[in-house]
Amino acid sequence: MTALTPCGDWRASYAADTTIFPTRNSRIALLLGIAILCCAPLVFGRYELSLLINIGFLGIAALGLNILVGFTGQISIGHAAFFGLGAFVSAYLHERYHVPVLLCIPIAGVVTALIGLVFGAPAARLKGLYLAIATLAAQFILEDFFARAQWFTGGVSGRMTESPVLFGFALDRDETYFYLTLVWVIIMFVGAANLMRSRDGRALVAVRDHYLSAEMMGINLAYYRTLSFGIASLYAGIGGALYAHYLLFVSVEAFNILFSIQFLGMVIIGGLGSVMGSLMGAAFMVMLPEVTQWGADLLAGSSIDRALKLGASISFLREMVVGAAIILFLIFEPDGLARRWRLIKAYWKLYPYSH
Amino acid sequence: MDMALLLQLTLNGLIVGMLYGVVAMSFVLIYKASQVVNFAQGEFLLVGAWVCWWFLTEWQLPFYAGFLFTLVFMMLFGLVLQVVVLRPLIGEPVISVIMATIGLGIFFQALMKWIFGVFAKPFPPIFAMEQVRVLGLEVQTVYLASLGVSLLIMAGFGWFFKASKHGLAMRATAFDQQVAQSLGVSVPKVFAMSWAISAVVSAVAGVVVGVVNGVSSALSFYGIKVFPAVILGGLDSILGAVLGGVIVGLLENWAHYVDSQWLNWGNMFQIAPFYGLVLILLIKPYGLFGTKNIERV
Repeated sequence: MTALTPCGDWRASYAADTTIFPTRNSRIALLLGIAILCCAPLVFGRYELSLLINIGFLGIAALGLNILVGFTGQISIGHAAFFGLGAFVSAYLHERYHVPVLLCIPIAGVVTALIGLVFGAPAARLKGLYLAIATLAAQFILEDFFARAQWFTGGVSGRMTESPVLFGFALDRDETYFYLTLVWVIIMFVGAANLMRSRDGRALVAVRDHYLSAEMMGINLAYYRTLSFGIASLYAGIGGALYAHYLLFVSVEAFNILFSIQFLGMVIIGGLGSVMGSLMGAAFMVMLPEVTQWGADLLAGSSIDRALKLGASISFLREMVVGAAIILFLIFEPDGLARRWRLIKAYWKLYPYSH
Repeated sequence: MDMALLLQLTLNGLIVGMLYGVVAMSFVLIYKASQVVNFAQGEFLLVGAWVCWWFLTEWQLPFYAGFLFTLVFMMLFGLVLQVVVLRPLIGEPVISVIMATIGLGIFFQALMKWIFGVFAKPFPPIFAMEQVRVLGLEVQTVYLASLGVSLLIMAGFGWFFKASKHGLAMRATAFDQQVAQSLGVSVPKVFAMSWAISAVVSAVAGVVVGVVNGVSSALSFYGIKVFPAVILGGLDSILGAVLGGVIVGLLENWAHYVDSQWLNWGNMFQIAPFYGLVLILLIKPYGLFGTKNIERV
């Protein structure tokens, strides 16, 4: 409600038109929101904090995928593989070359981005379902590589890693790691919001909306498609590195096709082409299994539970709920949670007199 | 060089490739008729095989009756999916439709695991003889039967599209939806029919594989093997899909042979077709025989 201007749009300059937070209230709300989040470790327990941290690094990776899918219109079914690449690069750099973990995270992002560019260059020629199929193949090939490359990933036994250390102070508890994740979330989300109002960001959107017209206006299609693949990989790499140093163990089996689909689910549920939507989608996807678990616990011991074996098959139930959520959102709310949020804000704008 | 193994693997490749071809054919059928890329094709096999298994073991039905019931069930299954999930998405962008079928895929895979468990379960024996000798090679009777079934399905497809009224309506819809509509073809009916036929044909393949290897969620991987096959053969050519399937079947078995004889990398069997797929798309972005869309502004 704070981002809405009180009476219509009145913008006198181009800078005023592209500003991210148009009113003073929205800027105050932002700072207030960050301040409240900073207090979260004082209020929440370990469980809630670990959910928030999960939302943080998954949200960063989902934002990367949203830049690729939602802003550029390129489909990728292999995002989890790049997420895993970031995790392994960071863990490998730390163990092999003893690079400090805090430095490992951005380096892992850059390395993943470079590898993403290598994959993205040939993918720039493809679009639509051919790209979907090619990235699906890339997912399987990278998964196979993870299982095979013993020196890099530790093979089937996975790779252990360590917590980051800041000035001799280990960020090894949820309360401290939360701040690290929060800092990265703010950097990456502000970065993406700024990218979208730059020349390059507008070019990406033009490629999505009508690639032939974009090309005629002088936008280099191959360059921007490859660039967007690189940016998506950068975000995936940083998200993956944060994941690795939070869980302290990276397993090769984690980055499977289902994880990739979950990323796509986050982007769709959050809203294609919405920066904040990515975070909402990630939050939804993190909360969904928890809510399923909660529902199953509620029914535990009842006759429904006994008839359906809910407790024993909770992992299947979670997968089903993910699939069902994706389908239901596509049918009933194709623009995702971001649109819901806008509608809620618009409702409160005129609150007592909305009719 | 182990000639006997090579021959055996080639034969396996041909037979499995025919099954891939059948699945790819039903995939192409949906794509041609309704422009939907079905990422849940493998789950059609899975659902069909489990339902048939259920009829045979829980209800103790004879094979032909259980099989027939399975086909009827799958027809309704395909119809309901199309009407409930895919119909509201007509006109949405490609990504939405792809995601919807992916969502369907993980939903049904998890549902099958929930109902039937994660372990492979064998079918009751159907043929009296487990194996027969063909040209000096041990061949499973079921495999031979599956070869026959595959050929029968392909012939059936050929007849259906060449001669039957509904087949012609489908071809007309695939060619141009508006023109077909103006000639009195009910396009929604064609969409629903294509899903029903595709589900039924996939289920036949699923039952065949289930009889050979037992039913487990590994069946859904057949749906993913479809992609190398259709990229090889072209997304909109039914004959190409069959050829692509056979080539993928041969390719993975030969890759397995090369691997077992010289390389010893392991897992080549699963991954070789995907390397092939990526290579082809690098050179030809629309697949080997795919038609390049000419777009005008």
